[in-house]
Amino acid sequence: MLQDKDRIFTNIYGMHERTLAGAQKRGHWDGTKDLIGLGRDKIIEIMKASGLRGRGGAGFPTGLKWSFMPKESDGRPSYLVVNADESEPGTCKDREIMRNDPHALIEGCLIASFAMQAHACYIYIRGEYIREREALQAAIDEAYDAGLLGKNAANSGWDFDLYLHHGAGAYICGEETALLESLEGRKGMPRMKPPFPAGAGLYGCPTTVNNVESIAVVPTILRRGAEWFAGFGRPNNAGTKLFAISGHVNNPCVVEEAMSITFEELIDRHCGGIRGGWDNLKAVIPGGSSVPCVRGENMRDAIMDFDYLRGELQSGLGTAAVIVMDKQTDIIKAIWRLSKFYKHESCGQCTPCREGTGWMMRVMDRLVRGEARVEEIDMLFEVTKQVEGHTICALGDAAAWPIQGLIRNFRDEIEDRIRTRRDGTVQVAAE
Amino acid sequence: MSLSKHLRSAITEEMDHHGGPRAAMLESLRMIQQEHGWVSDEHLEEAATLLGVTTAEIEDVATFYSLIFRQPVGEKVILLCDGASCYLNGAEDVRDAVMKRLGIGFGQTTPDGKYTLINICCVGGCDHAPAGVIGRNRKLVGPLTPETIDEILGEDAK
Repeated sequence: MLQDKDRIFTNIYGMHERTLAGAQKRGHWDGTKDLIGLGRDKIIEIMKASGLRGRGGAGFPTGLKWSFMPKESDGRPSYLVVNADESEPGTCKDREIMRNDPHALIEGCLIASFAMQAHACYIYIRGEYIREREALQAAIDEAYDAGLLGKNAANSGWDFDLYLHHGAGAYICGEETALLESLEGRKGMPRMKPPFPAGAGLYGCPTTVNNVESIAVVPTILRRGAEWFAGFGRPNNAGTKLFAISGHVNNPCVVEEAMSITFEELIDRHCGGIRGGWDNLKAVIPGGSSVPCVRGENMRDAIMDFDYLRGELQSGLGTAAVIVMDKQTDIIKAIWRLSKFYKHESCGQCTPCREGTGWMMRVMDRLVRGEARVEEIDMLFEVTKQVEGHTICALGDAAAWPIQGLIRNFRDEIEDRIRTRRDGTVQVAAE
Repeated sequence: MSLSKHLRSAITEEMDHHGGPRAAMLESLRMIQQEHGWVSDEHLEEAATLLGVTTAEIEDVATFYSLIFRQPVGEKVILLCDGASCYLNGAEDVRDAVMKRLGIGFGQTTPDGKYTLINICCVGGCDHAPAGVIGRNRKLVGPLTPETIDEILGEDAK
């Protein structure tokens, strides 16, 4: 279990002062000038050595991502954009950082921006997060007043401005290029890659988009060293991580833990166990709505990190939003909800996604009621394969994977429902 | 009714803050909505003129984002979360209870203009599921139960 002394987020539950003074008391903004004094190359080297992988879901090495930014400007400015459009169903971790520990993020923005030679950083926060916007803006104002932002930020010699941009309700804006489109004042429709944002991002300038958590852990990693951070978790899955556990556990919560903790320990220590006990566990979505579900019996000993969940269970860590389902769950309907969500949130740009999400939802709709033929299960699986990988962004994949997980793991249940329906013995409500 | 002087200058200021008229559109729409509850055609056109963008451009943005309301809403907007965690924790019972109490479905406003009910994708209240977002200040509430919906509806609910 992660010890308190090793926690990066020391105010995740808002039990202490979230003001600048409170944050400084907890160690934030301590020697920021010296951290910047390490120099760009050294900072990126430490970030690479720490093994930090992006916390927004894809798990791309953060230090490596930063190194793609141009070393010398060709006249265009560089930008850091922080993705605070946390909209993945099940995910509620970044909001705790922004609401209760905003200075961890702000200090991270300054240091990361310096490492990428950016004088400006935008935080794109989702439209639904009002209290978080207020808390973050208040913290930004405080930091400006204290000289930690602005000209010669924190006496580092680096001029730095931080802007908050508020979205207005669109899941797709969490996709990095859609987010850039939205920042520029357009509809959030993803761009083709290449060019990648590091080459041509915000307003055509070199840009790096990072998740809130990825940026907020940066100052602590630099203070305590890459080795300290890399000491948690299995190789290639380093660090501490915020887990958000919801669904059928006795005590849903957001908690910082060491990577590679087992699922059982995570649930028993922090969530008071599964509702109705471990024998009542049916399925788990271990990384937010976009990753395939896993059968409960395979989950108990599962190691909660990127490589195990992908390699051993054909799922993923994603945003570490763990959704737990007990045996009373109608899993077909639960996945149908996700299909409905993706249908609503498809931006409509690519045909396979625009048409496919609707098509998949309608078939799922019938599967919930059992009004289908058994052959249609294979047909649905085939359609998910036609959507997956055939769209500009990953929303198509994200819509396909939960259904694939359902069919792979709970095919018997879908078939049972179809047969029972045919025999006329069951009624399942759906809308 | 045209936009207040205060709102007009706030919109102009946003252009500086966001680095141009285009990038300021979304925030301008938000501010209009914050004051008026929703964004009418008249206000949309006025904002477009102020920003120097076309009505089509700003309408394009206004209709893409689901939290910009282009139809009148009631005094209190109730956004009920549609997310997976909320579903698992009984969101459908809460939804049914609210609908029964108010006598309206999603996307509808009570005849007295007091409440509008809208379903919204995951609001990030998963550890407090089932969650909702209530009122002009968008207060996050949860965990909700059919028995506690009085608290979110307020005393004046029928």
